[in-house]
Amino acid sequence: MEHRNRRLDLTLGLGLAAFLLVPWYRIEGGFFSLGWLADFPSDPAVAPGLAQIFAHGRIWLGVALFLLATATAARFVRDADRRGLVLAIAGATGVMFLAFQGLAIGFSGWTWTISETLFGPLSDGQPSMGAGAVLAGLTFVLLFAFGLAERGVLKGDAFIVAAISLLVCLVIVFVFYPVGSMFAASVQDFDGSFKPDGFIRNIQDGSIWSLSCVVGEGRCGVAWRTLWLALMTATGSTLLGLAFALVATRTRFPFKKGMRLLTILPIITPPFVIGLALTLLFGRAGVVTEFLADTFGIEPGRWLYGLTGIWIAQVLSFTPISFLVLIGVVEGVSPSMEEASQTLRADRWRTFWTVSLPLMKPGLANAFLIGFIESMADFGNPLVLGGSHGVLSTEIFFAVVGAQNDPSRAAVLAIILLCFTLTAFLAQRYWLAGKNYSTVTGKGDSGAHSALPRSVSIGVHAVVIPWMIFTVVVYGMIVFGGFVKTWGLDHSLTLEHYAKAFSISVVDGAIAWTGVAWNSFWTTMEISLIAAPLTALVGLLTAYLIVRQRFAGRDVFEFALMLSFAIPGTVIGISYIIAFNLPPLEMTGTALILIACFVFRNMPVGVRGGIAAMSQLDKSLDEASLTLRATSFRTLRKVILPLLRPAIVAALVYSFVRAITSISAVVFLVSAEYNMATAYIVGLVENGEFGVAIAYSSALILVMITVITGLQLLVGERKLRRENRVLSAAPARPAATLSQEKTA
Amino acid sequence: MSTPKSTPRTGSVVFQNVRKQFGAFTAIHDLSLTIEPGTLVTLLGPSGCGKTTTLRMLAGLEHPSSGRILIGGKDVTMLPANERDVSMVFQSYALFPHMSALDNVAYGLESSGIRKKEARERAEEGLQLVGLGGLGQRLPAELSGGQQQRVAVARALVLEPQVLLLDEPLSNLDARLRRKVRTEIRELQQRLGFTAVYVTHDQDEALAVSDRIIVMKDGVIAQEGAPRELYETPASTFIADFMGEANVLPCEVTAAEAGQATIRIGGLEHRLASGNTRPGPAKLAVRPNAVTLTPAKGAALAGTISSAAYLGGHVEYEVETPAGLLFVVDQAVDNMLSPATEVAIGFRNRGLALIDA
Repeated sequence: MEHRNRRLDLTLGLGLAAFLLVPWYRIEGGFFSLGWLADFPSDPAVAPGLAQIFAHGRIWLGVALFLLATATAARFVRDADRRGLVLAIAGATGVMFLAFQGLAIGFSGWTWTISETLFGPLSDGQPSMGAGAVLAGLTFVLLFAFGLAERGVLKGDAFIVAAISLLVCLVIVFVFYPVGSMFAASVQDFDGSFKPDGFIRNIQDGSIWSLSCVVGEGRCGVAWRTLWLALMTATGSTLLGLAFALVATRTRFPFKKGMRLLTILPIITPPFVIGLALTLLFGRAGVVTEFLADTFGIEPGRWLYGLTGIWIAQVLSFTPISFLVLIGVVEGVSPSMEEASQTLRADRWRTFWTVSLPLMKPGLANAFLIGFIESMADFGNPLVLGGSHGVLSTEIFFAVVGAQNDPSRAAVLAIILLCFTLTAFLAQRYWLAGKNYSTVTGKGDSGAHSALPRSVSIGVHAVVIPWMIFTVVVYGMIVFGGFVKTWGLDHSLTLEHYAKAFSISVVDGAIAWTGVAWNSFWTTMEISLIAAPLTALVGLLTAYLIVRQRFAGRDVFEFALMLSFAIPGTVIGISYIIAFNLPPLEMTGTALILIACFVFRNMPVGVRGGIAAMSQLDKSLDEASLTLRATSFRTLRKVILPLLRPAIVAALVYSFVRAITSISAVVFLVSAEYNMATAYIVGLVENGEFGVAIAYSSALILVMITVITGLQLLVGERKLRRENRVLSAAPARPAATLSQEKTA
Repeated sequence: MSTPKSTPRTGSVVFQNVRKQFGAFTAIHDLSLTIEPGTLVTLLGPSGCGKTTTLRMLAGLEHPSSGRILIGGKDVTMLPANERDVSMVFQSYALFPHMSALDNVAYGLESSGIRKKEARERAEEGLQLVGLGGLGQRLPAELSGGQQQRVAVARALVLEPQVLLLDEPLSNLDARLRRKVRTEIRELQQRLGFTAVYVTHDQDEALAVSDRIIVMKDGVIAQEGAPRELYETPASTFIADFMGEANVLPCEVTAAEAGQATIRIGGLEHRLASGNTRPGPAKLAVRPNAVTLTPAKGAALAGTISSAAYLGGHVEYEVETPAGLLFVVDQAVDNMLSPATEVAIGFRNRGLALIDA
């Protein structure tokens, strides 16, 4: 009981602080700059909640104060059941009230006409929520969770209930609220009234849906072009990925280690870099183009700028991902099935064609859908190579930043894009669920995979070897391009671009970061370093809740989290600027919005890694800890986290690297103060400063390789030892995690 | 081995009309039971009978859908696991693989807020109690299966819980070690006098260690009693068959008086000791070693041997009779009967039990 009172007292104290000690509303100069301390608490702009209610006419906030008082009164109720009920109701009402008042009352009064007619006009509105309002919201969520825990929900575990409630709130605020706002914005006018004209005009727009490339003259709509590109990219990367996987597992190809290296390339390559390298090769001033022009007199064309170029860049970018998925599938086909087939008088060709390949089918479909979603969501390559032949993701961008400035059009395009990717995501989840024939069991499956039939073997080598060389050349260009003076005109070597980007000089004994890249470089590092641990934390906590706890709506919870993986970055970007530009939550132009974007975009990968790692830990370890008087928080800290160290590091590295390389959402969210490296590079490309852009990109790749290998060396060895220990202490469990991995 | 200085704290366990549902599936129907302080009680039953669920509800790892659970007279129904005064030995031991044996044993003490130094001292005592003094610095992976099991027991015991819960603690040990460890656990329990609830599906184990056995089936208690009571006077054919094998034969009780009954199976009449039986149809549970086989033709209860297997110390027969197939174990290895021999069937005085039809 003392235990329960203590945590409740702390929470109530937090609530009181929210009303008394910090400004209730958002501070223009930023909360952390602490400039508000001078005027606190008398100035209405920085006044705390209590003063806002009684001195500045925001009487409606009194409801929240009343609910907090109710919860405080409930603390002294003896009956645990009734006390829990009052706390839960006060908490839930508090959260809903805060959200409702935030949405309903804007800068200048009621946001909706219906509330104005109901309650009468308001004399004054309110700014966006600030520290006080956010703390009060947190207090109410915790009160709600503790109330439920005292009533015995989730075995009375307050930490678990609180963690779930908080995560649900965060996902609602940072995933569902922005996407919902985007839908709303597409049918709203500037003043917020319902006016579907823009929506209707855009959704019927010929430039989106036109089929004239099939049934007449001209070009098809952007929706069809994007779809067509995604299908072609998915097909190309799946076939290539399969060829790579077959070579890696079923042949005696000598460079298998090098092939494995390919799989980490897409993780560390900023998404537009491939497109950039391709322009250096095949653009109008490209090496190959010029060579062909000089020797054979072939006129330099613009064929690269368009769907063909984007397609090549995307296949280059996504083949490694498909390889990663398919290598598991190809290895997963049980050798004993192939051996069985061969003892049944089937030759190698027949075995491959009638046994091995059909068993890989679900895996192939999976790789196809992943390629499809990736292509749809890709923003960097189309931006560099698309020219005027854009795809949906770039059209969304230009609808906002270009001369058009038509948010409604951007929202409509985003909705169309979202529909495509969500359909693929749902297909992957439901249609492919349970169709996995990969036979990985705990039993040792002895036997060797049969070699490929001769014709297939020759075929895959003929595809793989040139493509590997091509990939190496493309990456070679990225390194080389940074040292060439002016591409296509003057091929003399120079360090000029690096100097321009990363020069340092000493002025008055202090180091001055004079290079143009430093500003965005440090911002990128800072934001990535803040976002990475948060992403890992949220991801692994979610994984723990999903794997280890049974609660109502767990499937919905997991699904909602994974859904954010299928939302293309451009859609996230556009929905964030629509949602977080006005009260109740105003974050555009701050570092906070970038961090939130990274955390919730990259979290699904942390979740998946955490789920895979945690399913290998015997559940009785947690239970043993619980029966040994440890709270679930202590269990998490002392037992689960130490055993999950490899997964934690993986999640940290991944989220760090993704934060550095991502562009699609970031490009909407950067500001003059907080500019990210990728957005800066894209700016350079648009200005035609290819040299500096390439130099900056290769420097970024170098930084990431250093980080990854450093951590791999640090963790790789430890990982083996840990796993051995776990296996010998707890009875080994069949590796049921592979299917999880494969939905990547 | 040292004995703890403090007097053992033992508590009773009471389940009142406990019911547990997982979705549409009811694992436990209306379970009520009482466990006296200081006794070792076994929950026995086939897999899926609800015995582990019962134990987990006692530990706080599951919460009942309805009903009340009391430990030491205190209602703990809604209390989370870490606030209950019980501790548990897991089937897989669940030793924390990244902590030494000593850290494992000290973990619970430290979680309870005891200072690190004192926790270490008491953990060391706990390891000595189970005969592992000096091995505290080893990781679980560096200990043998039997040693790991003892660390798990020490880890649970140092908390001096009111009730110790053991979930199939021997199932990961080989047969020889199993017998040794179960004797050790029983000795420890009797020496320290704590209450223990022991879950197993092995009736030999249950008979060997328990003060009382509660046999469960499909989420309800099938029968409870002292080990001997269950073996000798099973209340149902399920108990008779589960507590050591039994042949169940339909029979007719022709006469019943104080403590004695006369039954008829086919043409054979037999008198046996029995409680309050009434004349009429009944069932007779016959242990495999309670059947006698004599080569003869046209006996009152005749049978034909359909298979015979030599197993060193004894012979196992399958005998076809008008009452059904009989499984018989015979010590007379030297006079082994061959298949197709016609035999007269008789019963010994021990190993028979009458069950109401």
